[in-house]
Amino acid sequence: MKTSAAETEHIELRLLVEAIYRKYHYDFRDYSSASLKRRLVQARDRFHCASFSALQELVLHDPDVLPQMLGFLTVQVSEMFRDPAFFLTLREQVLPHLRTYPSLKVWVAGCSSGEELYSLAILFREEGLGERTLFYATDINPEALRKAEAGVYEADRIPLFTSNHRLSGGKSSLSDYYTAAYGNAILDKSLRKRTVFSDHSLVSDAVFAEVQLVCCRNVLIYFNRDLQDRAVGLFRDSLVRKGFLGLGSRESLHFSAHAEAFTPFARNERIYQKTV
Amino acid sequence: MNHEPVRQAAAAVVIGASAGAVEALLRILPELPPDYPLPLLIVVHLPPDRESTLAALLDARCRITVKEAEDKEPILPGMAYLAPPDYHLLVEPDFHLSLSSEEQVLYSRPSIDVLFESAADAYGTALAGIILTGANSDGAKGLRAVAASGGIALVQSPDCAEATAMPAAALAACPSAQGLSLAEITGVLKNELPHQLK
Ligand SMILES: C[S@@+](CC[C@H](N)C(=O)[O-])C[C@H]1O[C@@H](n2cnc3c(N)ncnc32)[C@H](O)[C@@H]1O
Repeated sequence: MKTSAAETEHIELRLLVEAIYRKYHYDFRDYSSASLKRRLVQARDRFHCASFSALQELVLHDPDVLPQMLGFLTVQVSEMFRDPAFFLTLREQVLPHLRTYPSLKVWVAGCSSGEELYSLAILFREEGLGERTLFYATDINPEALRKAEAGVYEADRIPLFTSNHRLSGGKSSLSDYYTAAYGNAILDKSLRKRTVFSDHSLVSDAVFAEVQLVCCRNVLIYFNRDLQDRAVGLFRDSLVRKGFLGLGSRESLHFSAHAEAFTPFARNERIYQKTV
Repeated sequence: MNHEPVRQAAAAVVIGASAGAVEALLRILPELPPDYPLPLLIVVHLPPDRESTLAALLDARCRITVKEAEDKEPILPGMAYLAPPDYHLLVEPDFHLSLSSEEQVLYSRPSIDVLFESAADAYGTALAGIILTGANSDGAKGLRAVAASGGIALVQSPDCAEATAMPAAALAACPSAQGLSLAEITGVLKNELPHQLK
């Protein structure tokens, strides 16, 4: 049983999310609610609002707070070659299949500030597929997309990226791909020469290309089951027959309505292959 | 045996621990019968090397099933779900689990506070929170949230705990919590909570 204060807060939270949707068309209504609530509590405290209702009033009347709100509503934690075993498996087991296509398209859905996109760009280049691959990197957070396009990361993150890259079977040195300046590592522009960055929501937008590989890592955990089904449905429609879907290290199609359209290709690394 | 499909329980127990956790859990969990009527949700601080053997180790020694939590998994009675390394574990209001790679909280991911606060929201009065041995203050805020939502708060007495900081911080933040020995906590889990959380 819940206390009456908790009931009230729940109502206020639903109304806040509804208000953001009606006014700005960002739809968080089907996100996992426990994590969403945590992040909205942080936003409420950050904006010194006494309640979600007060935050709703602020958001509705002051469009300038929306970009900051998006920073709270979306989780932007990422790293290059995150879970090296995933990238090692892509390199050793998936790329041999992809190599058979004369041209390739890869969709990085929920690319955040670009770490995953650059990891894939480096991996494909190391494996000699860089020139025949077109990447689509999509996200709903404009600030994250801007950072992704810039490809500049704080220098103190580089040691982790470097060791991840090595563990992922990297054939070159990560330092070949960036220049250091003013405490930052600036990634080589040529890595994104064949990348299209765009604003695309897995909640409301449609399929835009036919691709051989979708990487959507650590995005689905923020969705409820219905929304996960919608997103995986997009991947299913976007993938060619026998195309690959890579998920985050704790995501699976176990509870998905589309489970039967895929077979596990590398179970531990959460890589699936579309069967039909 | 009845043949009704297993239903998600509307009550649960959450447990948090760090240094000394494995020993403590091995004293408690093997005592629970296979048909234990409540689910247990557990956060143990582990090095984030992303592969953990703790669930398998506990499962081998317990009559209840112990597993690592999966995202959007329904929470069933008689099961113990461990937060996977490097992910927060949360309870959804419809009694499903969810995982998150949000920022660390008090240098921890998984965070005990994150689990306890979301569980307090979902279960309200039908929740017991237990803080065991540990060497930092994660869990103190979470246990206070459990008590504030009308749940039961239990703490391993710092004088019986291998590491005292965590239970001491929990008692300080949540004065209504009961300090108990591991044997007493086991007794409460077995004999009292199944009736109290009905
Ligand atoms: C935790 S980050 C994952 C970053 C990266 N894929 C990784 O695994 O390191 C989640 C990303 O999903 C994005 N996101 C959230 N909702 C989305 C949606 N409806 N459509 C597309 N991207 C979304 C967020 O803005 C955020 O950048």
